[in-house]
Amino acid sequence: MEAASVPAAVTKDRVATARRKPPKVHTPWWLWLSVAAIVVFCLFPFYWLLNISLKTGTDLSSADVIPPHPTLDNYTSIFQNAAFTRALANSAIVSLTTTFIGVVVGSFAAYALARLKMRFKFPLLALVLSITTFPQIAIAAPLFRLWSDIGLYNTLIGLVIPYLTFALPLSIYILVSFFKEIPKDLEEAALVDGATNFEAFRKVVVPLAAPGLATTAILTFITAWNEFLLAFTLTSSQNARTVPVAIQQFSGSSQFEVPLGTQSAASIVISIPLIVLVLLFQKRIVAGLTAGAVKG
Amino acid sequence: MAEITFNDVWKRYPDGFEAVKEMNLEVHDGEFMILVGPSGCGKSTALRMIAGLEDISEGDLVIGGERVNDLEPRDRDIAMVFQNYALYPHMTVRQNMGFALKLAKVDQAEIDRKVDEAAEILELNPHLDRKPANLSGGQRQRVAMGRAIARDPRCFLMDEPLSNLDAKLRVQMRTQVARLQRQLGTTMVYVTHDQTEAMTLGDRVAVMRAGIIQQVDTPKRLYDNPANLFVAGFIGSPSMNFVSGHLEGNSVKLPFGEAPLSDACIQGLRSAGGHKSRDVIVGVRPEHFEDAAIADPNLPHRLHFKAKVDVVESMGSELYAYFGVDADEIESDHLTELAKGRRHGGPALGRRRRPADRRPPRRREQGCARRDDRARARHERDQALRSRGRPVAHPPLMARARGSRSCSRISSFLRGAPGSSDMTTLLARGARADTRIGGDAWST
Repeated sequence: MEAASVPAAVTKDRVATARRKPPKVHTPWWLWLSVAAIVVFCLFPFYWLLNISLKTGTDLSSADVIPPHPTLDNYTSIFQNAAFTRALANSAIVSLTTTFIGVVVGSFAAYALARLKMRFKFPLLALVLSITTFPQIAIAAPLFRLWSDIGLYNTLIGLVIPYLTFALPLSIYILVSFFKEIPKDLEEAALVDGATNFEAFRKVVVPLAAPGLATTAILTFITAWNEFLLAFTLTSSQNARTVPVAIQQFSGSSQFEVPLGTQSAASIVISIPLIVLVLLFQKRIVAGLTAGAVKG
Repeated sequence: MAEITFNDVWKRYPDGFEAVKEMNLEVHDGEFMILVGPSGCGKSTALRMIAGLEDISEGDLVIGGERVNDLEPRDRDIAMVFQNYALYPHMTVRQNMGFALKLAKVDQAEIDRKVDEAAEILELNPHLDRKPANLSGGQRQRVAMGRAIARDPRCFLMDEPLSNLDAKLRVQMRTQVARLQRQLGTTMVYVTHDQTEAMTLGDRVAVMRAGIIQQVDTPKRLYDNPANLFVAGFIGSPSMNFVSGHLEGNSVKLPFGEAPLSDACIQGLRSAGGHKSRDVIVGVRPEHFEDAAIADPNLPHRLHFKAKVDVVESMGSELYAYFGVDADEIESDHLTELAKGRRHGGPALGRRRRPADRRPPRRREQGCARRDDRARARHERDQALRSRGRPVAHPPLMARARGSRSCSRISSFLRGAPGSSDMTTLLARGARADTRIGGDAWST
């Protein structure tokens, strides 16, 4: 075979395209300065926490920006404290259970609200959402009485249930809007392709709503992990105490000493799962996963 | 392979709206059936009832001898191509096409084989591992078709599959769909609002209006023998001209003069039992007007009149000439609906307008004549044959050109120069519409 020589076609357009450069964006110095100021403002408390957690003894009362004798003593001591490690485990169990149930039940409820034709849909959604507006303190006391009576006081289940009442409405509300975004045609295509309703939900809707599910999971986990008031009211011993309460109950070496160092170290430790979680899920929380499904 | 039969099928929504009324339709095995009509006529609802995505309120739907009213979509063994393709965005093209087979628990090797086969037919092989988001509109459309083909279903349902493509691609895909159906020989029900698609694709076409099937016939018979005003106005582009007329003896009085009726016309009127003096609506296809300068004066049953051409549109091979006519308003639900569809661009919100709609809605009192350069060429050939003493079959067609004078006439059309032009109507020739004047279906 003889290849015909084809002259390379260079069009004016191509040259123009090659020459075009993205215009340089100059960020003015004052913008950088403001950004830096905001970052410092937001992160300073956290830095101070870290700062304190690395100090011991008399250093604690000093205001040094850099710890004069940095040490990890506080960290080693909290992990030797059974009250803290037990609380850490309790927190993990309660938060993860709340998150799991919240996301699963929430996605079912949200799917029904988003898709099914039914009456009183909006009032129902409004009612569900209005639950989140109740001040927690309003239910803390009655719940304490009720839990004591039916034997849920000072148990992990006794924490998961009230947490769900706050987590579910929020997950439902977020997920409804995510499910509504997913074109109905996709489910119908799945049905015609031979899927049952549940298969269509699991194999088509859920993967597409993944960013929404991740967002809900993170929010639920953070709320449950950080919750203090109910945990404080509804627990009385190490059996069910969660980390925020346990930290508050740390005792110093004497009655007059505030256990500032260990409390700070513990606070740093319990922040880590949240930071890791957000970084992990960040990739999933990207919009545009539905791009290309339908003609856009 | 399956027949699809609608037996008195109704669709009522809870709010009382009846989307499909007493539908009776038989789609034969291996047939390409088109459902066509303006938006909201119930054609998509009918299709979705076949798919099982809409409940049937009343009547029986039978696929392949089995009543399927109560079957879930997954048990019906049908494939559907959606208007917006509905590809699963989180799956690759291969997974998209194999999804149905995977659900049916077919083993992976067999799935791969079938997907490759379908991809081969649609030339999708290079794209099998891409996600839908990275495909062009035409490729997505092909994937949607591939998803249907890979399953090898009893029948295909297509819900306006081409309406999201640009005009050029749509014509290409139209041909491909036709070829595909012929190649596979699978029953296909195809919904469209585009009468061009309907005319070019279907073995048979069902024209729907307001939930009722108006006429089911081959494209040719729909064009030549429309059952009523709606079908007459819907089928054909540019569409048929309607003017009010008065039937008197063997002629009909039109706004532009009195036209003698052909024998076939009179026969048709007699058999319809309407051959007496009365007001009628007369439909004339654009191609049955011709320039008097180039018309054959020897042909019978014609009306000669003068009209001022105010707009000429050139389509390349054809010219559309628009002229005004002094006429009374015609009142007819059928025509009002057609005009409404035109004004709103026919298709529903968000869909691309079909090119035919870009023309401004033609006022009813306007006539449109179409001339065809091919007809002129044919006529010149006829002239040549005739001069050699050979018999000539009359092409049942429109504008004819003769000699240099007519050429200049056409070129003045081409320049779009509005001006006074002599017009002749060919009320008698080939226009089944005329023979229907006064028929019951035409009374409003």
